[in-house]
Amino acid sequence: MSKKPEEKQEVETTGHSWDGIEEYNNPLPRWWLWTFYATIVWGILYTIAYPAWPLINGATPGLLGFSTRAEVAQDIADFKERNSGLDEQLASADLTTLAENEELYRYAVSGGAAVFRTWCAQCHGSGAAGAEGYPNLLDNDWLWGGTIEDIQLTIAHGIRNENDLDARYSEMPAFGEILSDEEINSVVNYVMSLSGEPEDATLVAAGETVYLDNCAACHMDDGSGDIYQGAPNLANGIWLYGGDVDTIRETITYSRYGVMPNWTDRLSEAQIAAVATYVHQLGGGE
Amino acid sequence: MSSAEEPESLYAAREPIFPKRVSGKFRTMKWWIMAVTLGIYYITPWIRWDRGPNLPDQAVLVDLANRRFYFFIIEIWPHEFYFVAGLLIMAGLGLFLFTSAMGRVWCGYACPQTVWTDLFILVERWIEGDRNNRLRIHRAPWSLKKFRLRMTKWITWMLIALATGGAWVFYFTDAPTLLRDLVTLNAHPIAYTTMAILTATTFAFGGIAREQMCIYACPWPRIQAAMMDEDTLTVGYRDWRGEPRGKHRKAEGADQLGDCIDCNACVNVCPMGIDIRNGQQLECITCALCIDACDDIMAKIGKPRGLVDYMALSDENLERAGETGRKPWQHILRPRTMLYTALWSAVGIGLTAALFLRSDIEMTVAPVRNPTFVTLSGGEIRNTYEVRLLNKYGEARRFDLSIASEVPLGLRLEGEDSTSVTVPADSTYLQRVYVVGEAGGAAAEGDRTALRLWVEDPTSQERAYKDTIFNGKASR
Repeated sequence: MSKKPEEKQEVETTGHSWDGIEEYNNPLPRWWLWTFYATIVWGILYTIAYPAWPLINGATPGLLGFSTRAEVAQDIADFKERNSGLDEQLASADLTTLAENEELYRYAVSGGAAVFRTWCAQCHGSGAAGAEGYPNLLDNDWLWGGTIEDIQLTIAHGIRNENDLDARYSEMPAFGEILSDEEINSVVNYVMSLSGEPEDATLVAAGETVYLDNCAACHMDDGSGDIYQGAPNLANGIWLYGGDVDTIRETITYSRYGVMPNWTDRLSEAQIAAVATYVHQLGGGE
Repeated sequence: MSSAEEPESLYAAREPIFPKRVSGKFRTMKWWIMAVTLGIYYITPWIRWDRGPNLPDQAVLVDLANRRFYFFIIEIWPHEFYFVAGLLIMAGLGLFLFTSAMGRVWCGYACPQTVWTDLFILVERWIEGDRNNRLRIHRAPWSLKKFRLRMTKWITWMLIALATGGAWVFYFTDAPTLLRDLVTLNAHPIAYTTMAILTATTFAFGGIAREQMCIYACPWPRIQAAMMDEDTLTVGYRDWRGEPRGKHRKAEGADQLGDCIDCNACVNVCPMGIDIRNGQQLECITCALCIDACDDIMAKIGKPRGLVDYMALSDENLERAGETGRKPWQHILRPRTMLYTALWSAVGIGLTAALFLRSDIEMTVAPVRNPTFVTLSGGEIRNTYEVRLLNKYGEARRFDLSIASEVPLGLRLEGEDSTSVTVPADSTYLQRVYVVGEAGGAAAEGDRTALRLWVEDPTSQERAYKDTIFNGKASR
């Protein structure tokens, strides 16, 4: 600003003229130019220090070894480290009395919720309401028992899982090869009568005999089932595959063979304890 | 740029200001206000207030880590932040009120920038002497004496700045503990960083930038200028009385001159470096020191006080016509200020009522909608609700839950044998709550049933409720 006007006149113009208005071709301000050079140097140094140039199998790693993946891995390791004390306690805890230890119980429920959503929600649903063939974990009807220890055992070893000798195991015969169509038809009606569903009264009496001869060994005389064999309770309002005539006939004719993996191979003891605690406190736990 | 004249520079260096010492009623009032406001600022974090064993015993505490704000008997949780919003509205309306009544009275008396600058000038005056001495030192070349005086001043300023930044951090955590940690170098880095920033800004704003903050950095002067009208009391010069100004020597025809003897007393005391005789101007913070200075001179030359005085624009015409201006309260009491007062009071009363009517127990109910309902083995229909119970007491409390609905519904709490739950002191507790409609009942078979969930503290008999919905089979 202190420059003399005469000096300014010496600055050449860009040659453009709009309505007589011309534009000076002033040099860039020195500070601007040096900042510009500095950014170039910075850019080069940055590509050396940090991951930058794309190659066929990834990018140049950079001298500083910066990696967001490594940071996430470090974060996870840090959290594991921080929780290791609680995890150790949880792995060896008696789950039946866990609720007395407020902090550990809350940790188990929160951690179990995360485990559930990662590993269990695919079949049982994110809200644990299950689906056809996949048990609802919210209700008070349990195929293999609803105490926390039962749940823990089921999760650890799975159901009808041939890789694990301790898995829950039972198999219902496909009665289509054993009983005649009439017998199946009558027993379907009898089974429906157990839970008070609408049925054909004439077939119920015949069905009772078929039931007592073929089904009661596992499902019990009164249809209350047996959690030691994973035999469902037939006398309540809950049906895993469906409670209408056709579905029950299909179940009896071809049998069902629902499976669940064992989780000891994939989850830690603490995680299994946590997810068992979580499932147990969803409302159906015994 | 084709003009042959040299363009005027748009930059002007700051002219240093050396306000002269003054005494008078406004100066005395400002000393008192400074003592009180600084006292409040420095002492408040050290006031103790017993809230029981589980809560902090600091009277005023902004506990960011635990998301609580304590102010004597009041405790504010994050969801009650509307109290703070209400206080900000009151502060805004209060500013409107004071500005429309008395101009930039906030700037002149209570603004931290003014108060701390005043304090820094006080220190400067103690160390370097009054205006003339300071001017001389300012113009003198660097010498051992100047260096010693400057260092003394700067170190004193720095200590004040450190105390200012230091006091701030005490509002956010237990003050005695933090002081011990600060001294033993065990405090959190954020505490040191905050102190460092506030120390630096206090030093720079109060010691160096001073009036430039008000003139260039602060938006208040612009906003406040819009709040003023012809009845606003502000500092002005009675030029009809003072002009033509002159030295009042008989030989020069003193009887032709006005009361102003052009002694520059009003200019010398001004911390903003302006001449009030030029009329109202943006820089004027209405600190009224020029009034004190001029009154002093008027008393010495035997003229009535008030050549420079608080007055309203509407008085000018009256006084020029030879009448007396109206009294200050006649200016202040007018529909505009009364409206502001009414609005301000309404918000204040509303907030106070909300504060004392609010319950010490609270509840939120979030129905679990994944799934909307569960069929139990007996055919009952169960809905689940995630209930958050807020216990604002400093001790664990038992809360009893119950439901009210037109059709019978059962209530059960996860992990509890009864419908009571104990919530720890000063905390929120998440409880899964089950509501069961009996098999075949109206609620179970129906669509949506309204229900009211009650929570009661049997100790204090306080109750709170939330309305929610029970989903039956027909809602599918």
